[in-house]
Amino acid sequence: MKALLVCEVREGKLLDSSYELMTFADRLGAEKVAVLVGSEGTAPQFDGRVYLVDAATLGEYNPAAHKAAVLAAVAKEEPDYVVLCHSSYGWDLAPRVAAALKVGQVTEIVAIADGGFEVGCCNAKMRRQVKPAGARAVLTVQAGAFAAAPPQGAPRIEQLEVSADGQGLTFKGYEPAEAKAVDLARAEIIVSAGRGIGKKDNVAVIEALAKAFGGELGASRPVVDAGWVDHSRQVGTTGQTVSPKLYVACGISGAIQHLAGMKKSDFVVAINKDKDAPIGEVADVLVVADVLQFAPVLTAALQK
Amino acid sequence: MKLLVCIKQVPDLESRFKPAADGLWFDENDLAWRLNEYDEYAVEQAVQLKEQLGGEAELTVLSIGPDRVVEAIKKALAMGADKAVHVQDIAAHQKDPWQIASTIAAYAGEQGFDLIFTGMQSQDRGSAQVGVLVAELLGLASATTLVGFSYADGVVQAKRELEGGMKGLVNLRLPALVTCQLGLNTPRYPTLPNIMKAKKKEIRPIPVAELLREEPLAPTTSFYAPARKGGGLVLEGEPSETALKLVNILKEKTAVLR
Repeated sequence: MKALLVCEVREGKLLDSSYELMTFADRLGAEKVAVLVGSEGTAPQFDGRVYLVDAATLGEYNPAAHKAAVLAAVAKEEPDYVVLCHSSYGWDLAPRVAAALKVGQVTEIVAIADGGFEVGCCNAKMRRQVKPAGARAVLTVQAGAFAAAPPQGAPRIEQLEVSADGQGLTFKGYEPAEAKAVDLARAEIIVSAGRGIGKKDNVAVIEALAKAFGGELGASRPVVDAGWVDHSRQVGTTGQTVSPKLYVACGISGAIQHLAGMKKSDFVVAINKDKDAPIGEVADVLVVADVLQFAPVLTAALQK
Repeated sequence: MKLLVCIKQVPDLESRFKPAADGLWFDENDLAWRLNEYDEYAVEQAVQLKEQLGGEAELTVLSIGPDRVVEAIKKALAMGADKAVHVQDIAAHQKDPWQIASTIAAYAGEQGFDLIFTGMQSQDRGSAQVGVLVAELLGLASATTLVGFSYADGVVQAKRELEGGMKGLVNLRLPALVTCQLGLNTPRYPTLPNIMKAKKKEIRPIPVAELLREEPLAPTTSFYAPARKGGGLVLEGEPSETALKLVNILKEKTAVLR
């Protein structure tokens, strides 16, 4: 069995998540071959072949060109699986490759099952097992589901010449993350508000709890998107990644993107009405309660 | 300009899910249904563009599924879409993303849309494939995960959300397809007059068999609740008692409370 691992380079650097693909391929028991659009210095370190397509000519985000690069490597290697991280790069590129090969794609794999793959669904409350119909498939792997392999070994690099126009798309550059007004990465205690708080007025209830703990207010994505809390306080893959000594999740169900941002916390308390919410999986203590009723009581208890 | 927005009806994600008798998807009994949240942003962006373009734009909304999806279609019409297509399929939940995308492409290919909007994924299945597959099948430029959108002179200026707060800026020449991320805009609530107006708008039914020619490429073979690792302590009961228990646990197990 052979897996072609599509690694990602951003702003001239290989992303560490590429090494999660290595672990995934090892778990499959597959021979590893890598392909990336980058430069020689960005090739992943392992004992295997790497197809390198020059980023200077193709650019860092140009999906039609990157698709052509992956397809050129597929033609050379005839892999069983083409594997990408489930990232903004991977979920954009994977269906393009799958469509070109007319093969099935399995999205955001969390585990390898007998002859198939496990993926989460229904906000991580449920799982599906998916078995691609043909001999070949495109796979994307959930961030963090497979721990990154340590870089080791020296790759044998082969340059690939690929030319492709942008198929109507022009990459104009990156916009850096906004300067963070609040550095949650340094906070020892974070009390985060989720959709379960219901409305903007209730942010004050969670703020009061954060203050009673002597901690910072955090928030999950829906609360930030609704404009209830500033983006600089968002915890998750598109916000900040945090590792406080105590994380209190208030009315947060535990979407994968949020869990990825807070799972390094030392101790996690979740307050949620739903006993089955995925946040329960990472919580050291799950308080089954309406957060709007419970938070003021807890605030009072802390102030005693 | 001809605009299309593709939407899906999904269950309320706060629901409790249990496998259906076939063991391949969830049991639909006792579920409340709503418009997929990502698609709300897609509808709003399409309506905003239609308003920007004035009289020259026509916005069609498309959804695949059983009769209940007409409710989601009506919401999009009340938000400002002009007309709708209901691809009738009582077994839409058994179709894989390739089949869903092929069905949409079979319809859209004949219509010659200039710009297609979808959500970046559905909240229930979350495959994040359908939009891009439609674009690839139709040979359109496409970009995913939009948190910024503007249009002028045949070009979409888009802002893609990357990891860690970073954004990627791309221009798309029409015809094109974009998939919409949460936070792209503020979806409007349909007003009562617009809900009344929407009742008069055309919803064209098309049996799925007229559009779908493809077999699944990535079929689901089972559906189940994940095994609970458990481990964590569960506290239930009277809030004042629970709060005291929690404070004591935090004093005992963490260094943050003294």
